[in-house]
Amino acid sequence: MSDVVERTLSALPGLLGQHDPGAGPGGAGGPGRVSASSRLGSLIRSITALTSKHRLMKECMVRLIYCEMLGYESSFGYIHAIKLAQQGNLLEKRVGYLAVSLFLHENHELLLLLVNTVVKDLQSTNLVEVCMALTVVSQIFPREMIPAVLPLIEDKLQHSKEIIRRKAVQALYKFYVIAPNQVQHIHDKFRKALCDRDAGVMAASLHIYLQMIKENSSGYKDLTGSFVTILKQVVGGKLSADFNYHSVPAPWLQIQLLRILGLLGKDDPRTSEVMYDVLDESLRRAEINHNITYAILFECVQTIYTIYPKSELLEKAAKCIGKFVLSPKINLKYLGLKALTYVIQQDPNLALQHQMTIIECLDHPDPIIKRETLELLYRITNGQNVVVIVQKMLDYLKESKEEYTIISLVGKTMNAVFSVGGDVVHSDIPNNFLRLLAEGFDDGKEDHQLRMYAVQSYLALLEEEDKLYPQKFLQVMSWVLGEYFSLVTDVDPEVILTKLHSLLRKTFVTSETKAWIMAAVTKIASHTSCSKTVEELIQELSSSLDTCLRQYAFELKQLCEDKALMKSLLPFDASCSDLVVDASLSFLDGFVAEGLDHGAAPYKPHHQRQEEKLSQEKALNFEPYGLSFASSVSSSGVTGRQSPTGLSFASDTSGNSVETGHKETNTLKLEGVRKLWGKEGYLPKKENKTEKGNEPQAVPCGSLLAEQVGEPPALQPDQGASLSEEDKEKQQLASTLFIGLGSSAGVSLMGKTDTATQKFKRKSKINETQQLSEEASDFQNSAASDFGPLLDTVPVNMEDSEGSTHRRLRKASPCSSDIVEDNLAFETSQSLRKSVLDERLSANRLSQPSLFADSNIEIFQPSPSAQSESASETPLVPSLPEELEGLPHSEGVGLCQSDALALHLCKVWTDDSLLLVVFVSNKTTSALGAVNLVFEESEHFQILESATSQFPVIEAQSVEHCQKCVRMNKVCTQAILSGSVSYQSEMETRLEFSVTLSLMDFIRPMEMTTEDFGKLWLSLSNDVKQNIKMSPCQDSLSAALDTLQQKLKLHRVDIIDTLISITAYTIWKVLPPDDGTVCSLCQPKGEGTAMSGDRDESGG
Amino acid sequence: MRKYQKKQLDLLKSYVDREQEQTDLKISRQGKLRLQKWYVPLSDKEKKKITRELVQTVLARKPKMCSFLEWRDLKIVYKRYASLYFCCAIEDQDNELITLEIIHRYVELLDKYFGSVCELDIIFNFEKAYFILDEFLLGGEVQETSKKNVLKAIEQADLLQEAQVMIYDDILEDTYMETYESYCE
Repeated sequence: MSDVVERTLSALPGLLGQHDPGAGPGGAGGPGRVSASSRLGSLIRSITALTSKHRLMKECMVRLIYCEMLGYESSFGYIHAIKLAQQGNLLEKRVGYLAVSLFLHENHELLLLLVNTVVKDLQSTNLVEVCMALTVVSQIFPREMIPAVLPLIEDKLQHSKEIIRRKAVQALYKFYVIAPNQVQHIHDKFRKALCDRDAGVMAASLHIYLQMIKENSSGYKDLTGSFVTILKQVVGGKLSADFNYHSVPAPWLQIQLLRILGLLGKDDPRTSEVMYDVLDESLRRAEINHNITYAILFECVQTIYTIYPKSELLEKAAKCIGKFVLSPKINLKYLGLKALTYVIQQDPNLALQHQMTIIECLDHPDPIIKRETLELLYRITNGQNVVVIVQKMLDYLKESKEEYTIISLVGKTMNAVFSVGGDVVHSDIPNNFLRLLAEGFDDGKEDHQLRMYAVQSYLALLEEEDKLYPQKFLQVMSWVLGEYFSLVTDVDPEVILTKLHSLLRKTFVTSETKAWIMAAVTKIASHTSCSKTVEELIQELSSSLDTCLRQYAFELKQLCEDKALMKSLLPFDASCSDLVVDASLSFLDGFVAEGLDHGAAPYKPHHQRQEEKLSQEKALNFEPYGLSFASSVSSSGVTGRQSPTGLSFASDTSGNSVETGHKETNTLKLEGVRKLWGKEGYLPKKENKTEKGNEPQAVPCGSLLAEQVGEPPALQPDQGASLSEEDKEKQQLASTLFIGLGSSAGVSLMGKTDTATQKFKRKSKINETQQLSEEASDFQNSAASDFGPLLDTVPVNMEDSEGSTHRRLRKASPCSSDIVEDNLAFETSQSLRKSVLDERLSANRLSQPSLFADSNIEIFQPSPSAQSESASETPLVPSLPEELEGLPHSEGVGLCQSDALALHLCKVWTDDSLLLVVFVSNKTTSALGAVNLVFEESEHFQILESATSQFPVIEAQSVEHCQKCVRMNKVCTQAILSGSVSYQSEMETRLEFSVTLSLMDFIRPMEMTTEDFGKLWLSLSNDVKQNIKMSPCQDSLSAALDTLQQKLKLHRVDIIDTLISITAYTIWKVLPPDDGTVCSLCQPKGEGTAMSGDRDESGG
Repeated sequence: MRKYQKKQLDLLKSYVDREQEQTDLKISRQGKLRLQKWYVPLSDKEKKKITRELVQTVLARKPKMCSFLEWRDLKIVYKRYASLYFCCAIEDQDNELITLEIIHRYVELLDKYFGSVCELDIIFNFEKAYFILDEFLLGGEVQETSKKNVLKAIEQADLLQEAQVMIYDDILEDTYMETYESYCE
């Protein structure tokens, strides 16, 4: 023992000088003032000497704990702590156990000595001793000794005292964490603990369940109901008031349960269904303004966003997040940002709502808030905002000093840049990044970690098969892997080689990137013994068509044969050591001299040769001089690592990023300048129009969203002036950051306009519909002007009423609901446009003429031509009366005609009936008299008002029309309505005609909300039971069926032996006489079987 | 709440020595540890390094700043009560606010047990503080949230203990007085 003491003392030279006197280890019975080292010495002496006197040992042990905490070596006392726990009485045992749990960790070898003591104490009749033993077991216990105590602890689960049961469960939890398979067999005991009569024991068992569900959520779905019930009770305040914390019932328990529910309900609609109610309840209950309720709210929000979504709850959760984000309390703001980061991928609009707050947080004095905000931005990185976000990250990087942050942030930044920005980034950026990696920071260790991080993250990225990465990113990846693969020791270089090899085979990899990959392969190969992959690769590429690759393959082959040369050629981590290049090629002097000796001509530089050639030939040279130089330069450049193609392509593509990058400065100049020339040449007029349409739309939106919307200054001079410079900057930043989060249609437009880039969802929606309608109208326009014949089937009438912007679009076919929707969208957007135009007029008079020009294009349509064209086909084509033209209708169909008279029919589908419009046209040159139109009675149809109509006289060459309102009396799929027309010319003539009307003519789409539909569904689904009484006399099948038909409004289709099939109506409203009440009967099969059962009963 | 379980350290109280602050600014930034409890096995060297780093970061924070810190892959939740800082390290997915309330509840427990607790109480009875902590948190998880139950358990054990203390001579008390005097000096 004395050597331990000496070692300890020598390890503590002068340390005790700055020792806190409060903790001064005064030796037992020693004088008050002694030198520091002798104090510790006396403590050590007393500990080693007093092994028999436990009472003093206890005091010494407490001091030893203190010494340990202050950082002094105290391992000499560990054994005594165990001894104290073993041999002492209750008082000493307690301290002994405490010391053991503080000194030792679970893998410490001395812990084995404790097992016996624990077993003895667990069997003790003294409650306190059992408690102490359980406490120490739940903190530290050697894994391999679990079987020794497990049966004892299982026994304790039945103990009468709550505290013992609770601690036993806690101990089992510990066992589960360190060795799950050891407690495999007692899972039913966990369930028993969950159902314990005492809430404390139940709460302890939740730890185990949380852990188990984290590992395998599918195995515990059956417990969801129990957890929900428990949470309901807790939230409802059913627990004893002991568990209240600041008058909130058992917050820890609540959070634990919420977390478990979140895990259970993830991606599982059925399980989630069960918990919606209780989540709603928790949200509602947590209303007191206290940290603890916010903690519960936060957990609730997280759970709601984790489980299968329900719109109602999401809305509430979003509101909660808003509360967090906007809170003046910094802790809550932090949590709000954290929640936003969590939900951002599901719901980017939430970030849009809070964009100004986020911008403010970016400049927050607290670096933690800043960092969380960057994390949030990192999640929303896309092609359009990557430049700004990376800029922000770099700014933060410059400020922060902590190594861990730097490492993770640099990695993230670069990954964001390459994976999103990809080919757009300038070629300098990857080069700079690689230089940063190679040259590193001042601290070697940081470098190491950063490189490790890079290699690991790239390997992980390559794991994902078939993912397209930008070429630049692949190049960076291969360089890093080649250079630093050996830093990652747990990955076999062979694995990396295989990955690179598979990359080489991919078709999307350009030859330049392939060269990078080959270089990496060569580097890796130099540090491994000859591998099969390399040989395979050489084989494969030696016959490659790409000369560059073939060259590499041969080089690699040669190098593989000579390992020593390879090693010296490719030393590890020498990427930034300077290479001395002998520019004069002096080592070739001998070779040259030899050549000259053999009579070779001396070398002349290229330009000299060229001159000589010129002077010799004395002829006109049509070749430009520069060309040959250029080619020689590039051919030498190819052999270098950086091929020149990268430069050219960067200059072409970087235009875009530069544009966005300089947006802030350019904005004012670009304002009001019409963008006529784009990348693709002259921008089409349409784009220009929409651009103009969008700008002023910010006005109505802006008023809705209060001051959060920043208006483009040129358009809104008064508002713009009121905004401070700072605000404007922030808004600019916001617009650049949150670009690309809205709908894609809006983005492409707004990205080009350089102004009004505020992207609120509402607005982009409008953009979308507008653009859609624009397209629709364009299509219609072109249809009207270019495709004349189409007019027969799609009669589009562009009409200008009184020169206003009012315009209507008529539809021919109601079958396609899409078109109807388009139409609707079109109508609304038109009215919007109108208001926009008004705004625009008042705001900017200068652009008035151009605007009118725009609207002229759209409004004045060549409708006369359309009419004339159709008129030329049939001279007397009827046109619908004004008031009916707005309704959906069919084209006119000839019913019948004679020499004198022609009948055309047009179906007009009104909301409540079918309108048959019959046109009677007089083809003769004289008037026709007493024209009488009669529809015959039909069992299926009912003609409202009268079935006849009379025209006393029809003028020559003119058309008369009559309308008949038809309703369906009896449901059928198709029926014929016939009639006749009689007229008086020279003699009375009668013409017969018939019209086929189908069920489709009488069905209208029913507009209802989803809730209504849900109700209807319930009321009409099979779940609704209806008792139908059948009189005993009705025992024939048909009688029974008739009853059913009446009561249930079923329609019998056919009876085949015993099988009855019944029609099922979809959700369409059938016009009277059923008056819209007959709706859906789904699952006709089920009905059918039920029916047959009924039939049997009634038959028997 | 897996916090303490997986990750480094839990309760670490650091203390700014006010007297030193006036004399030497450099030392004043060195907090003294009053209590520490680790729930994951770590070597002494690591523990020391982590403690040093944490004390530095936490003491550098200004009063109006956020109570949460990101440190390596952990979150540090800290709160200051008079001259003591209470810190917890938790995992990223843990709830920060409830951790803050755990700290508060622990302080409440100490307060109730000692009767308006002050730093000296913890210095001279730090094993008691540990006992309370063990009753409240076990193996890194909240064990008993009821204030009444925790204190009942502690008092039960204390009663047994006191009965035995009576038998012993008062040497212990002497040594307490001794250390207290030297502290006052």
